[in-house]
Amino acid sequence: MPSGSSDRFRELAIRYGFLVLLVGLVLYFSLAAEGFAGPRSAVFIFQSVAITGILALGLTATLVVDGFDLSIGSTATTALMLSAYVMVVLEQSAFVAIAACLVMGAVVGFINGLLIVKARVPDLLATLGMMFLLIGLQRIPTEGRSVSTGMRLPSGETANGTFSDSFLWLGRHRFDFFLEDLIPAPVIIFVVAGVLIWGFLELTRHGRLMYAIGSNERATALAGANVNRYKILAYMISGVMASVGGILLAARLGRGDIASGNNLLLDSVAAALIGFAVLGAAKPNAFGTAVGAIFVGILLQGLTMMNAPYYTQDFVKGGVLVVALVFTFALSSRGRKGGQ
Amino acid sequence: MNAPACRIAGIEKSFGPNKVLRKIDLDLPEGQVTVLMGANGAGKSTLVKILCGVHAHDAGELTLFGQPFAPSSPADAFDIGVVTVHQSIDDGVIPDLDVASNLLLDRLTEPSAGFFLNKKRMRDQAREVAAAMQLDVDVATPVANLGVADRQMIAITRAMSRNPKLLILDEPTSSLSAAEANRLFGFLDRLRATGVAILYISHRMSDIRRIADRIVTMRDGLISGVFENDNLDYEGAVTAMLGQEMTHVDVHIGARGDRTMVFDGLGLSENGTAIDLTVHKNEVVAITGLLGSGKSTLAAILFGLSQPAAGAITLDGARYAPGSPMDAIAAGVFMCPKDRSSNAVIPEFDITGNITLPFLKQHARFSVLSPAKLRATADRMIETLGVVCQGHGDGIDTLSGGNQQKVMVARWLSQPCKVLVLDEPFQGVDIKARRDIGDHIRNTAQGRATIVFVSELDEALEIADRIVVLHEHALVGDHINNNIDLPLVLSQYSGKANGPDSGPDNGPDNGPDNRPDNRPDNGPGNGG
Repeated sequence: MPSGSSDRFRELAIRYGFLVLLVGLVLYFSLAAEGFAGPRSAVFIFQSVAITGILALGLTATLVVDGFDLSIGSTATTALMLSAYVMVVLEQSAFVAIAACLVMGAVVGFINGLLIVKARVPDLLATLGMMFLLIGLQRIPTEGRSVSTGMRLPSGETANGTFSDSFLWLGRHRFDFFLEDLIPAPVIIFVVAGVLIWGFLELTRHGRLMYAIGSNERATALAGANVNRYKILAYMISGVMASVGGILLAARLGRGDIASGNNLLLDSVAAALIGFAVLGAAKPNAFGTAVGAIFVGILLQGLTMMNAPYYTQDFVKGGVLVVALVFTFALSSRGRKGGQ
Repeated sequence: MNAPACRIAGIEKSFGPNKVLRKIDLDLPEGQVTVLMGANGAGKSTLVKILCGVHAHDAGELTLFGQPFAPSSPADAFDIGVVTVHQSIDDGVIPDLDVASNLLLDRLTEPSAGFFLNKKRMRDQAREVAAAMQLDVDVATPVANLGVADRQMIAITRAMSRNPKLLILDEPTSSLSAAEANRLFGFLDRLRATGVAILYISHRMSDIRRIADRIVTMRDGLISGVFENDNLDYEGAVTAMLGQEMTHVDVHIGARGDRTMVFDGLGLSENGTAIDLTVHKNEVVAITGLLGSGKSTLAAILFGLSQPAAGAITLDGARYAPGSPMDAIAAGVFMCPKDRSSNAVIPEFDITGNITLPFLKQHARFSVLSPAKLRATADRMIETLGVVCQGHGDGIDTLSGGNQQKVMVARWLSQPCKVLVLDEPFQGVDIKARRDIGDHIRNTAQGRATIVFVSELDEALEIADRIVVLHEHALVGDHINNNIDLPLVLSQYSGKANGPDSGPDNGPDNGPDNRPDNRPDNGPGNGG
């Protein structure tokens, strides 16, 4: 039957289509845009997507249990403001700032999880509420102003603390790798986070049970898994990863900028959803998420180097996302139906 | 017999290789209540779905008052005059709207309905509709504030405003109290008097005695018995439904081991009769009964999904009161739940992932899974149960129903346990897979106690050392599966042996003597 070869072609297209597209883009930009091919440019791409990538990896954990976390962007900006506040206003060390942010992220995730599994609020609504709550909360201590050394506090005093060097190191240090000062610390953290989340989801029994929950929650509960605990865990992973992203953002900016991080949520969601299409997984997966983030980074960098105006960026991201979703849902679901 | 309102002639229906309806011939006379009985998988829900336009039939003909009809959708069936009230009643009403809006919902969708609502006129119209059916509720009440029986009657009343010719009710009393059910019956009496043909699906003997003009039983996609007029024999109907030609499998009853699980005065419901039962090591006990007999409740208690109303369970002499499936598994009680697609199958996993799901800990070191160990377990279980597949990496949804069920049973047989509970393990599987699964459960029964919940008696006869019959939350029979007194078991099934049943017995009394004469010919039982 002629459908045999076309089935096979579709199978291959679903599986490798997105990676082929990625390679194609890299080749095209390498030829068309001068200076695109090269280690510095590659590192720049990684750096531009490191923070959204880290957030997207956390989001992936919630997607795996068939949840969603809309509060990641605001958790990250809350971590940004919190770390600045702890160091500049409270004049504490980098270690305290980082610890406070990570605890905050875990608590936010825990509350999200409780709202979802105990109060039975639908995931989108619970995390939407949390998002608003955090956007508002981070403005209260500073009366809506950004945090920087020398700012006037609501009490009338001046803030004398500074961002410690070791904290700024996290966002600004570059490791030597063949070339001097090549790889920025956030890129390393992104890669490490990617490997950890990937390993957790793919290699451990906990990750396996989380995928099972996402596929059939009731059956997983009847197989003896503590479904609620795993769901809460997923939101805690998401919250902690988001606060890691926020810490890196603060370390790069060097101030608690109230207006930063507006795009974090949408960019991360896009990366995680594009990840569905990578290797035809048709499900949330850490490798796909990382590739999805890098894909967006390559596209934007290439277009920028070809003088595409900055205001077209969101349009391009949206386009990529829609194409990836069609890849995932239209193609692979049809393939699956045919297989039955 | 009155003139048939609906005539079903030679209807056949297959899903894939699975022939669900083999040749159904049935007349539904007007002004009569025809009760349809059949065990799970007999094909009655498929028949209903064909009548109400959800499925198309493969062969045969449907006529309604002499006119051929073949509804292409539920809306189509509705227009023709076939109205179905489904088991889950909330499909039939919109809880957030008031009674008036619910009753007039169909009129609102008509193009002539006008753009603006006129509340007063709607309420007047709704009162008329309600009065015509003697429905006594305030039409301004939101449906959410009403009880199940009222909702059901609203759904029916709404349907009646379309002057239906055939009304189909699917287990309408399954969530009603006795008083509510009585109101529904009064309501159905009035409908019957107006000449509507009613097809009533139920297992409840009290319902059937109260309402039935005729009883039709289905089995394996065929009509296995029609009982009407002076021949309204409930026990005969149950026999026909379960099949009197029991498939014969030799069961060698081995030696019982120690007492493993003891139910001590277990109450399945408030004021329910206490259940005392001991299940021994090496023994396979089938617990059987009709829908609503308490089987599902007991299974849920065993697996920590609900708590008994009274009494206690002991496991190996220690108190056993699991609060969750996790507790149950930790105590060594495994359960293969019924309805695998919603309760057991992980559709996105392959066979390996599905088999090993509850026992990942045993296949991991420091939480890191060992793919080789997982595959080894999967291969071992695929081999022992004879799962037909390409390999352990096949997606579970590429398998047939019987093979999926084998995988689900394999999941719980892959590790040793103290008590294995299987709830409807033969649901939706073909005869071959059923034998395979049954054989394997019996062959591995040494060293544990096995409890199997089945609603079909011949499944119990195939698999059990002992057959326990439940009826309305009470234990009414306990038989060794050896030269079993089938008529006695069947009468316990239908509650006849359980003393007075609720509801007046309005049919002719059939003594036990004439029961065999009323058995219809069942034809070849399990062929195909």
